[in-house]
Amino acid sequence: MRPRPVWAALRRRPAFLIGLALLLVLVAMALVPGLFTARDPAFCDVALSRRGPTAGAPFGYSLQGCDLYARVVYGTRASMVVGVCATAAVVVIGGLVGLVAGYAGGWVDAVLSRLADVFFGIPLLLGALVVLVAFPSDGSTPAWQTTAKVVLALTVLGWTTLARITRSTAIQVKQADYVLAARSLGSGHTRILARHVLPSAVGPVLAWATIAVGMFIAVEATLSFIGIGLQPPVVSWGIEIAEAQPYIRQSPHMLLFPSAFLSLTVLAFVLIGDASRAALDPRTRR
Amino acid sequence: MRRYVVRRLAQAVPVVVGATFLVYAMMWSLPGDPLAGRCDGPCPEAYVDRMTAAYNLADPLIVQYGKYMANLVTGDFGVTFAGAPVADELLQRLPVTLQLAALAVAVELILGVAAGVVAALRPGGVIDHLVLSSTLLVMAIPVFVAALLAQTVLGVHLGWFPITSDGSIGSLILPAIVLGSLSTAFVARLMRSSLIEGMYADHVRTAVAKGLSRRRVVTAHGVRNSLVPVVTLVGTDFGSLLGGAVVIEMIFNINGLGTLVLRSIRGGEIGTVTAVVTLLVLAFVLVNLAIDLIYPLLDPRIRLG
Repeated sequence: MRPRPVWAALRRRPAFLIGLALLLVLVAMALVPGLFTARDPAFCDVALSRRGPTAGAPFGYSLQGCDLYARVVYGTRASMVVGVCATAAVVVIGGLVGLVAGYAGGWVDAVLSRLADVFFGIPLLLGALVVLVAFPSDGSTPAWQTTAKVVLALTVLGWTTLARITRSTAIQVKQADYVLAARSLGSGHTRILARHVLPSAVGPVLAWATIAVGMFIAVEATLSFIGIGLQPPVVSWGIEIAEAQPYIRQSPHMLLFPSAFLSLTVLAFVLIGDASRAALDPRTRR
Repeated sequence: MRRYVVRRLAQAVPVVVGATFLVYAMMWSLPGDPLAGRCDGPCPEAYVDRMTAAYNLADPLIVQYGKYMANLVTGDFGVTFAGAPVADELLQRLPVTLQLAALAVAVELILGVAAGVVAALRPGGVIDHLVLSSTLLVMAIPVFVAALLAQTVLGVHLGWFPITSDGSIGSLILPAIVLGSLSTAFVARLMRSSLIEGMYADHVRTAVAKGLSRRRVVTAHGVRNSLVPVVTLVGTDFGSLLGGAVVIEMIFNINGLGTLVLRSIRGGEIGTVTAVVTLLVLAFVLVNLAIDLIYPLLDPRIRLG
């Protein structure tokens, strides 16, 4: 499908525009958090512990007395990095496996599909739990390693859905006349895959991947909340929420603000993904 | 029909073996020495020998796994590092998690299908828009955040539900609603689109033409056929339900497998973690197998073909 009509259909959807606006703000926040707050998220004063919102600190203070607004702004980066990296890895691995399986067919398809079934048999959160137990992190692990482990955990278990999507696209496309034409003109398999099969998978993959970023961010926050995902030197919404849990009665602000940012981020991706899926679907474009 | 059942059963075997092996291999083989950190300083040789024998650590991984699964089938789930059998606590907690999951699936099916059908009756109407936007909102709020919010608002401030579980079914209602909420949203959306599509089918038009009431057309001819993809979704989503149950149990303090697995992770009891995760993976695969086996009841093309 050509990008232009899809874009025209998307531009008219308010849900898509809201999602896009949200996303732009969040991306800016992840790239240059200093634009949004002058405070240092690591500067904490225990005397201010769990203090509610005031004029100087619109979101109040956390358990250690850090400025919650700064913590929440700086927490955007970790979530975005995990969500985007995990999705990128899943798109590459799952996409390749699915394309090759669907295009090659026969025993290659049988082997790869069974392999995907095996990974699909392990629920994402449980599998991620197992991977993170196998590679534990603590406060002394460098931040990039902790993050990489979470990305790894999500990728190992998360690629199967995407493989199913690209596999079915490849199966549909490989019987198309233009693929036959390309083959009769002497194109090799790699060229056919890259030039003819891959482009038709881009639409459905993009729609799914957008929602997947939100889904991975939610799972990352869940893992961090449990205490086995990202670890304290990394500022993460999941950890902030875990810290707030024992005090939800006395200091609800500690729960509210990180939760709101987390939910708005997931919402942004869900809105964009849902709108692009609808725009790509010929049945709803009718 | 018989061939379909046999083929589906045969397909499930490699998945069960592969998935459980994967979990076992990650738990016992990746960390290098599974006994590392069990004692203060280097472990006494007697302890290492005892543990190596208890967990078959001297065998190649595949043999270890084989022995583990053979024991599992006979109800022996291994022992903790302290030597207590894992099975006791596991079997005591299993019913709690099953109840929670079953309640959540019930919520999902009743609320989700009802919302989807009502929305599909008038596509583009007020209720349709309401269902579509509210499900988007539910999809955006991660389950653990929804649980904390529900606990704070409905439990602490309004006092409508107990804040923590005392093991009774009544105290599982709020956790189950929260746990099922995400899947409910997916079910409602799929039910809606599936029914809208289904109402254009020839057999539905025939039913209208022969003068059936609208109610009968929708329930007997539209909904029944549109349920097939919904039931599949409930199956594939059961995995995220089991994962979510771990967090929900933690938040509402429910004594199920989820709290057990988290406690075992903190205590480094990888034997217990392996047992619980293996059990949950089995549950997931079996639920999907069961769903595939009841397809023929819903779809005559499989029954007769």
